[in-house]
Amino acid sequence: MEGTRKRVVESFFKHKLGMVGLVALAILYFVVLLADFISPYNFAETHRNFVYAPPSKIRWTDPDGRWVGPHIYGMKRSRDPVTFELVYVEDTTTVVPIRFFVRGEKYRFLGLWETDLHLFGVEASTDKAMLLLLGADRFGRDLFSRILVGGRVSMTVGLLGTFLSVFIGAIVGALSGYYGGWVDVLIQRFTELLRSFPRIPLWLALAVIIPPSWPSTWVYFGIVTVLSLIGWMGVARVMRGMTLSLREKEYILAAKVMGVSDWKIITRHLIPNTLSYLIVVSTLSIPGMILGESTISFLGLGIKEPMTSWGLLLSQAQSLSELESHPWLMVPGLFIMVAVLSFNFVGDALRDAVDPYRTVEKV
Amino acid sequence: MTGTSERILTVRNLKTYFPTPEGIVRAVDDVSFHLDRGEVLALVGESGCGKSVTAHAILGLVKAPPAKIEGSIVFCDRELVGLSQAEYRQIRGMRISMVFQEPMSSFDPLYTVGQQLTEVAQAHMPWSAAEAKERIIATLRLVHIPDPEKRYNEYPHEMSGGMLQRIMIAMALITSPDIIIADEPTTALDVTIQAQVLNLMQDLQSGYDGSIIFITHDLGTVAEIADRVHVMYAGKIVEKAQVVEMFDNPLHPYTAGLLASRVKREYKGKELPYIEGYVPRADQFPDGCRFNPRCPRAMAKCKELEPPEFELGRGHTVACWLYEGSEAG
Repeated sequence: MEGTRKRVVESFFKHKLGMVGLVALAILYFVVLLADFISPYNFAETHRNFVYAPPSKIRWTDPDGRWVGPHIYGMKRSRDPVTFELVYVEDTTTVVPIRFFVRGEKYRFLGLWETDLHLFGVEASTDKAMLLLLGADRFGRDLFSRILVGGRVSMTVGLLGTFLSVFIGAIVGALSGYYGGWVDVLIQRFTELLRSFPRIPLWLALAVIIPPSWPSTWVYFGIVTVLSLIGWMGVARVMRGMTLSLREKEYILAAKVMGVSDWKIITRHLIPNTLSYLIVVSTLSIPGMILGESTISFLGLGIKEPMTSWGLLLSQAQSLSELESHPWLMVPGLFIMVAVLSFNFVGDALRDAVDPYRTVEKV
Repeated sequence: MTGTSERILTVRNLKTYFPTPEGIVRAVDDVSFHLDRGEVLALVGESGCGKSVTAHAILGLVKAPPAKIEGSIVFCDRELVGLSQAEYRQIRGMRISMVFQEPMSSFDPLYTVGQQLTEVAQAHMPWSAAEAKERIIATLRLVHIPDPEKRYNEYPHEMSGGMLQRIMIAMALITSPDIIIADEPTTALDVTIQAQVLNLMQDLQSGYDGSIIFITHDLGTVAEIADRVHVMYAGKIVEKAQVVEMFDNPLHPYTAGLLASRVKREYKGKELPYIEGYVPRADQFPDGCRFNPRCPRAMAKCKELEPPEFELGRGHTVACWLYEGSEAG
């Protein structure tokens, strides 16, 4: 037992890609948790002078090559006389230094108290100069800030959704495998029926049920419910298979002989004994949930403005002409990729550690 | 010997059939026996002759349907055949408990033995947590577990097979059941530990007024512990006798073969005697007496007609045509 635990822990920490994923996730969650402190601007604040402004160029030296520290120039907006597109030109007369711990736009830190302290930024009027690491959107909102705050939705929707769907899946699967017979047939056919629907239309159909008048936190939990209502089937299948083999173990028979109730056998003996597998399955199904949320939001049925998520941010980059003139709007996609890949790496590492024979399929 | 004492379990014409695609498996076929209070009954036979299925049928562990159970099992004036699972749960672990063959795999690896004993105790007894713990530790002491307070908090993997088997016995004892069914409790243990466990069961037996059904294929343990012996072959009881009578005067050729197959010192350097052939598959029993293809004394009649039980006096019965006409009284 002790030996097994040690082997599992060791082989998990030896998995190189898994470690890369783990570190990436740790950073992402940390950043996302402190999103409004780390981001230089309030994610919902609009700035009419910086509509579709490109990422600011950060400079370290003055035009003559002398070191002055990190700074940006102010921006001057004009319109291209031929295409009427907005054109931003650096105004080298306004030099704005980038500093740590600057006072900026107000926000509620972790929803607890109001403050205007940001980790870094520029102390300048948002009419003249803005530090836009990843550019701005069509309302002049800072994309970097929006990505960090949107990550809160995207990075937790997977965790919550997976938790719910593993919870449902584990109980349904265990019931199915433990009782067998017509209970099993009924549950399995029902699962297959649900699985045979194409996923995206089903998501959309369920997402439409969420009333548009709901406040954004409710919508968030609505999306989690929609995702987990569809995600539990895979877990239920794996769980059923493992229950089928576990229920033949003597200690299950022993518990039964000693008069322990079925519910207790399932919740106290069957499910805990599959926990290591369930953890692997969960980790591997988080990326699907993240992508699911992105899909729903991308298609406009998920998280709604002014709340944001990576999928919703990406939906601004739907048209080709938009992408051509403002390529930075694609960046949220990069974050989705990093998050999904990291979860996959960690899941693979966990599986290699816990389940060397690879009996658990990706669900 | 125990003819006047209280009859606690009566099994009459018990049949347990399993339908399979290859045909009906008659695992237990028309078995009748009884058990008195305070008695140890041994069920003996080779693997696959229906001993364990009989035990499972008594405990309601055979899933029916698909299996078919017929006959009657009367436990303390209560018919068990046809009881619901909820009703059975009141009996299992409380009035009838079981000791398993494999102590190492009969405990959930995730919980301490104390937690598992508590689970059983609290499923049946109205004890408070403190009282349950006290009683469990007392029971652990009763089965000679050294330092029970410490062992209470240990996990199954921290203990030896013999110790776990004694804890299993403690688990079976905790509710003071009327019957303990011990399904080959010593088979998985090595010889010295077997002796310990057997001695323990004998000690407990003398200080406890419940009965034991002892299932085994090891005739040595039978001689040590049992009051009466029933020999099973291919789903039927072929011979019933008091334990001394069985060893002194085995009547059925199968019993005689089993007794002869025990390893003895005089066989040194010679080939060991054994019974030719195997137990037939339960869906392919021969006509007539089921032992006839392997029987050294088989007659023409044995291949056609199944022998009934012949009563030979002193509780000795045998199902074999050789004894036709020699019944007592």
